[in-house]
Amino acid sequence: MVRETGLIQHLKQLKLKRRHLVREGAILVKSGLILALALVFVFPIVMTVLNSFMSSEEIVANYGMLFDQARNPWEMPADPELPWIAPTAHFKLIPDLVSAQQYIEILFKSTDYLVKFWNSVFLVLPIVAGQIFVGALAAYAFTRFRGRLAQIAFFAYIILMLMPFQVTLVPNYIVAEWFGLIDNPLAIILPGIFSTFSVFLITKYMRRIPRDYIEVAQLDGAGHWAIFSKILLPMCRTAVYSLAVLVFIDFWNMVEQPIIFLSDPLTHPLSVFLVKVNEGDIGLAFAASTIYMIPALLMFFHGEQYLVEGITHSGLKG
Amino acid sequence: MKLSEKLHRDWPAAFFLAPSLLGTALFFFVPFLLVIWYAMVDNPVIMNFVGLDNFISLFQNQAYLQAAGNTLLFSLISLPLVVGLSLGLAIVLNGKLKARSQLRSLFLSPLLVPVASIVLVWQVLFSYNGALNTTLADFGFIPVDWLKSDSARFVIIGLYLWKNLGYNMVLFLAALNTVPVELLDSARVDGATAWQRFRAITFKYLTPTLLFTLVISFINSFKIFRETYLLAGDYPFEVLYMLQHYMNNMFRSLDYQKLSAAAIVMALVMMAIIAVLFVVEGRSGRDLEES
Repeated sequence: MVRETGLIQHLKQLKLKRRHLVREGAILVKSGLILALALVFVFPIVMTVLNSFMSSEEIVANYGMLFDQARNPWEMPADPELPWIAPTAHFKLIPDLVSAQQYIEILFKSTDYLVKFWNSVFLVLPIVAGQIFVGALAAYAFTRFRGRLAQIAFFAYIILMLMPFQVTLVPNYIVAEWFGLIDNPLAIILPGIFSTFSVFLITKYMRRIPRDYIEVAQLDGAGHWAIFSKILLPMCRTAVYSLAVLVFIDFWNMVEQPIIFLSDPLTHPLSVFLVKVNEGDIGLAFAASTIYMIPALLMFFHGEQYLVEGITHSGLKG
Repeated sequence: MKLSEKLHRDWPAAFFLAPSLLGTALFFFVPFLLVIWYAMVDNPVIMNFVGLDNFISLFQNQAYLQAAGNTLLFSLISLPLVVGLSLGLAIVLNGKLKARSQLRSLFLSPLLVPVASIVLVWQVLFSYNGALNTTLADFGFIPVDWLKSDSARFVIIGLYLWKNLGYNMVLFLAALNTVPVELLDSARVDGATAWQRFRAITFKYLTPTLLFTLVISFINSFKIFRETYLLAGDYPFEVLYMLQHYMNNMFRSLDYQKLSAAAIVMALVMMAIIAVLFVVEGRSGRDLEES
């Protein structure tokens, strides 16, 4: 009798275990399928980074005729004079021979890339810092004032935030012309600083802080600046970090503004210059792109939670 | 505390708004009034008032109509796709899964890739001499000129989906977290099917995010033309000729009249969409409170 119940229990446990295994298996399969899809999403990064370690010879052998649109590669195969140049591009991820040739060229031989890298830095950092500062200040006002007038202003800010580039670039251009800022980086930096995305995001955070904090501080005789800088802003730290990541990534990739506002290619950021590199030397383009991705990737690895947080809060009602 | 006292105490906070208000007024709001003015004169130097003539000639302009039509078609196809797919992805990622947060990161990674690298990778893949055609030819298919035929539209939609799915997915993941689990559980106990539970409960909580995601996706669809522009140049194959190309070309020729009129039309369309969003959101918000 005793042994029998033991057996039944054992069987029951086996059954449970099997059901558990099946469920685990299903989760694994599902995860695998999603992973396969996700790999498609990282493919461009992986390809760029891996191909950046190819030597020029290998790049030419793989992608040689990519931009040669003049001849029809499907009717006229390899050039008999240059048989190693592929008439059409091939998929190739892993280099036959890992080579630092492209990086040496970019970092030590030609100064163009580094100059443009710093152009990018000097354009983007003031925008990130300035937009957060102006936005945090405005958010304080929108936190203290929630009357009709403030709501109308806030609504106008949201509309401005949602306007596509093509709409806001026209007024920006007019102002830049007024102040003689064409060909001056300020023509890009100033509108970037006054972009209202930061106002929107920090206000959403700040308004959620209970009013008691402000009132207690006021009873203690704290002024507006003290309440803002010592109490509210530190509590919005997450919003500030999120903004830093989001605004950085957005402007690090800018293309339109430099093309429109800066006529001298020497002053262009690397994001614009890379496009020209593409057509000249694909090997260098992969390496330059990889270098250009490093700051964004670093921000991503260190601040992914903030990136997610920032996206999340731009979407939730608050 | 009396109102006057409160006002006296609070008004310095308005100074905090000053930098932002001045900046946005100077760089956006005031010059936009000038844009409206430019759109209604015949010439930026002589400035004869012509009313809506610029808008009429804009709507008779073949290039503009084509750009607007392509843009509309692109949005009509890609917006439902991107919203539907990212919602599906979010639902799957919200379930039981291995390495969830790592998977989420992989889907977000397209945000980090410099535009130029995206363009380069896309060129390697989709050029007439590109890798996709080489692979297809190996299997005996006839090569297609992906970027210079009607298929270009789908290449660009693919690019757009690739770039925006992750961002939208994060928005939906956050919204899915707001759905009360007890409600779903009790519905399950009452015998509601998965689809019924989704439609009656989850969907209701998702509606505000759904609308927001639609608007964000619409705005981001204007940003994707950056890639299109770099991929195919000023005058791409005709299905790729978008409003952005039109406006860029007007910028280049400094045709303020057409540029201003086109910017105003675009702003009006945007505002109409935002207004619809607010009305629908208000209604769905009420639904949520009543239920």
